[in-house]
Amino acid sequence: MQAFSFTHAESPPAAVAAIAPKPHGYFLGGGTNLIDLLKEDVEQATDIVDLTRLDLAEVEETEGGGVRLGALAKNSDTANHPLIRTRYPLLSQAMLSAASAQIRNMATNGGNLLQRTRCMYFYDVGTPCNKRQPGTGCSALEGLNRMHAIFGASKQCVAVHPSDFCVALAALDATVRVRGVDGKERGIAFQDFHRLPGDKPEQDHTLAHGELIEAIDLPASLFAKHSYYLKVRDRASYAFALVSVAAALELDGDTIKQARLAMGGVAHKPWRAAKAEAALIGKAATPENFAAAAEAEMADAQALEHNAFKIPLGKSAIVRALIRAKGEP
Amino acid sequence: MTRDEREVLDEMKKAGVPRREFMKMMGGAGAGLVAAQTLMEEQTYAQAASLTGGATAAPAVGVPAVSVKFMVNGAEKTLTLDARVTLLDAMRRHLGLTGSKKGCDHGQCGACTMIVDGRRVLSCLTLAGQADGKKVTTIEGIATGEELHPMQAAFIECDGFQCGYCTPGQICSAVALLDEAQRGEASYVTEDLQNPPKQLSDDEVRERMSGNICRCAAYPQILKAIQKVHQGRPVAQDWGFAGPKHLAAMKEEARHAGV
Repeated sequence: MQAFSFTHAESPPAAVAAIAPKPHGYFLGGGTNLIDLLKEDVEQATDIVDLTRLDLAEVEETEGGGVRLGALAKNSDTANHPLIRTRYPLLSQAMLSAASAQIRNMATNGGNLLQRTRCMYFYDVGTPCNKRQPGTGCSALEGLNRMHAIFGASKQCVAVHPSDFCVALAALDATVRVRGVDGKERGIAFQDFHRLPGDKPEQDHTLAHGELIEAIDLPASLFAKHSYYLKVRDRASYAFALVSVAAALELDGDTIKQARLAMGGVAHKPWRAAKAEAALIGKAATPENFAAAAEAEMADAQALEHNAFKIPLGKSAIVRALIRAKGEP
Repeated sequence: MTRDEREVLDEMKKAGVPRREFMKMMGGAGAGLVAAQTLMEEQTYAQAASLTGGATAAPAVGVPAVSVKFMVNGAEKTLTLDARVTLLDAMRRHLGLTGSKKGCDHGQCGACTMIVDGRRVLSCLTLAGQADGKKVTTIEGIATGEELHPMQAAFIECDGFQCGYCTPGQICSAVALLDEAQRGEASYVTEDLQNPPKQLSDDEVRERMSGNICRCAAYPQILKAIQKVHQGRPVAQDWGFAGPKHLAAMKEEARHAGV
């Protein structure tokens, strides 16, 4: 780990001012990913600004009936907050499925959005990786790619985004509130926050250097009654998803008024399953219609050498998540 | 196993060499270099800590430093450290508190678990600077004087370990788990998120302890120990120290076996 300076930010503008001029400056939230990346020499920092003293840790109602998640609220506090448990149980479930109790106590909401892929070649500094070192090649493309993407990948990168929280946020149409380097605040629709790799896999998201996430806004909840987060993984706990599905339904009797589906473990960003959603609107909430929706989405999936299992697994996971969201066992 | 390693193991059996010496020898045989380095570092730092009464050596000249003032097991401590030092290394190397273990050093095993401001965290992924102004409890601070914390006593009673390396982390994690349950926190296996159980099922405890790995797989006994404290579930101690009678009988048996 190379030497870096460590300071505590006293205000959001001061934090931005401290990091923006430093090309290798980093904001520090919980540190559960960044400290590890620094130890592995995947990232090199010259300056670290600890954000955790900033007054951005609240979870509170907004005027439009939604909820604002402070960027520095811990994952465990957010998942267990009464507003989240009652109005956005999908989000609670997704957060509680992630990592371990210790990590959830440390990790912040803002930091969760900025965690890097767990592709082993990204972590192994002895191998080529376009995300870590642009232009060197992708080791996973022809390597061990069991954990990798089936949607939206490029020849430059087949890594997947590791977050569960973000999959639920994608399904819930969240907005990321950001303080810019110019001091102006702006909102980024969640679908526009993370990127597909294309020919710039080193860029996970659309934030500019020095921009600070202050909060994540959730619109008024429509799905508290009918939602489910399903996570399929190699172990029963404390593992990243092979495939996960955030499913939310608004039902009128047995008819689907609105459907939201997002998938984790399948793409460089939380994958909003728009084709499956379109196939569900106006239909009866039946296993047959769920299966047709899953087929519609997964028809576009493209397997690599070792991850073809994710296609049938994805279909089953979508159907199962929708059945549970509807409220059936 | 290489021939070197076999030789070393055979030698160890003959001489009854203690574990630490064994680690050193394994290092000499080229198989456990990391273990040997860790051991040397530990010995060096333990010496430094005892020489200076827990005070710390200043970071190298030109390396950015950080000043940390915090409560460690009820006592106020002030350290000036290289900004890269983790909370785990600050405790082990600079305060001589080697109870917290460095297992993976990557946030995957839980051996370094400490309780910071009442919450269990991974000290290997926490920079010491992040703990400034906070209250840190390590395994050394769990007991009250000579009286073990009920969780420590239960781990002993239920045989909740084999090698013991993960145990400080397991116990700190389990102590915090009880508080989380008391506060009504939910887990991924909680059926009704609106009403998380205050009395945790075995499955709830397993899920909530998944961040603490035990290579010896003492999980059934760890679960038993936690439930003994949490549920007050009575547990029959199924082991005991050998008394004079047992020892005499064993000697007698060995004498006959040798004939």
